[in-house]
Amino acid sequence: MTAPVLGPGLAAGPLAAGSLSSQGHSFLSPTGVEIVFVLVGLAVLGAAVLSVTTRQLVHAALWLVVALGGLAVEFLLLTAEFIAWVQVLIYIGSVVVLVLFGLMLTRAPIGRSPDADSRNRPVALGTAAAAAATLVTLVVDAFRTTWVDLDAGTGSARATGSSLFRHWVLPFEALSVLLLAALVGAIVLSRRDGDRTPPRPPRPRPGRAVSAARRTPAAPVAPTATPAAPGTSANPATNPATPPQER
Amino acid sequence: MHLAYPAVLAVLLFSVGVYGVLARRNAVLVLMSVELMLNAVNLNLVAFDVWLRDTLHAGQALTLFTITVAAAEIGLGLAVVLMVFRNRGTADVDRLRDLAENAEPADGADDALPAGHPGPSRAADQEKGRAAA
Repeated sequence: MTAPVLGPGLAAGPLAAGSLSSQGHSFLSPTGVEIVFVLVGLAVLGAAVLSVTTRQLVHAALWLVVALGGLAVEFLLLTAEFIAWVQVLIYIGSVVVLVLFGLMLTRAPIGRSPDADSRNRPVALGTAAAAAATLVTLVVDAFRTTWVDLDAGTGSARATGSSLFRHWVLPFEALSVLLLAALVGAIVLSRRDGDRTPPRPPRPRPGRAVSAARRTPAAPVAPTATPAAPGTSANPATNPATPPQER
Repeated sequence: MHLAYPAVLAVLLFSVGVYGVLARRNAVLVLMSVELMLNAVNLNLVAFDVWLRDTLHAGQALTLFTITVAAAEIGLGLAVVLMVFRNRGTADVDRLRDLAENAEPADGADDALPAGHPGPSRAADQEKGRAAA
């Protein structure tokens, strides 16, 4: 359905007709680049699946490293060298390290955690399978005959840099402002100084019930007092009586 | 190279990310799945840029922007997750039900959920929060 829609519109574009059609190229006689691409793609996909299904939380981050590194190889195969190295630097170098820090700081259990997946796992599986089936059908139908001519140099640092600083300077600067805003926001969110207490949602009974539950945590408290007990006694940082500098 | 290979790989990676976002319980793992989805989009952008031979290199420039925005996003997301963990003692997205619509009691909705949970997880949660202190 989409192929007749896409076909004339793209053929009228700036493309040569030779790059649109895969004349002489068949799926049954793949080139070397295609074979390497498919093999690395299988590795990426397997690492991604392991990363979202493993029950060991730190292993999930390490499988994410494999998936992102494999994607960098895919960018290299698509002749986007600069993007590949940026991917290695930023994703593997900083994002995964941030994720590992996040896992450690939220005290992720080392080893198997049986409740890594929530209860709506079948629904998630069905949604992902439906999305994959729909999109694969659409994409294969649309781009079955499309051939990409790969030649080196289109994604080198020289080409990317000249286009970035010649045509995309304004978005580049806007992006630096966005990064600055994210930096300030992360600092504001994560600091815990005492002179300015962060805004806190009003709790129903902040005073007596909480402190009574804290004094005797094991004692069976009255049912009216229990709702406030686990959430606040689990972490004394939320208790107004405890100074936030304690942790 | 056929364009179908990178496109199908991107679609499958995106679906894996969708599954991870919906099925994971730890908020940090949800953020990791979001990263997978963003990378699928990056792969699509690069593949279509190489195919279309854009003179402005719009696809690759947009990929760089996406990578930067993803880095900023995960920094902010982890700050939010750490703040939630500090205030609540847990980073499980299933237990953060303050804004849930059908909370069982009107007040203290976040604490009413563990009643439906098995006992050991609640005890382990309290233990974890106490160890955090």
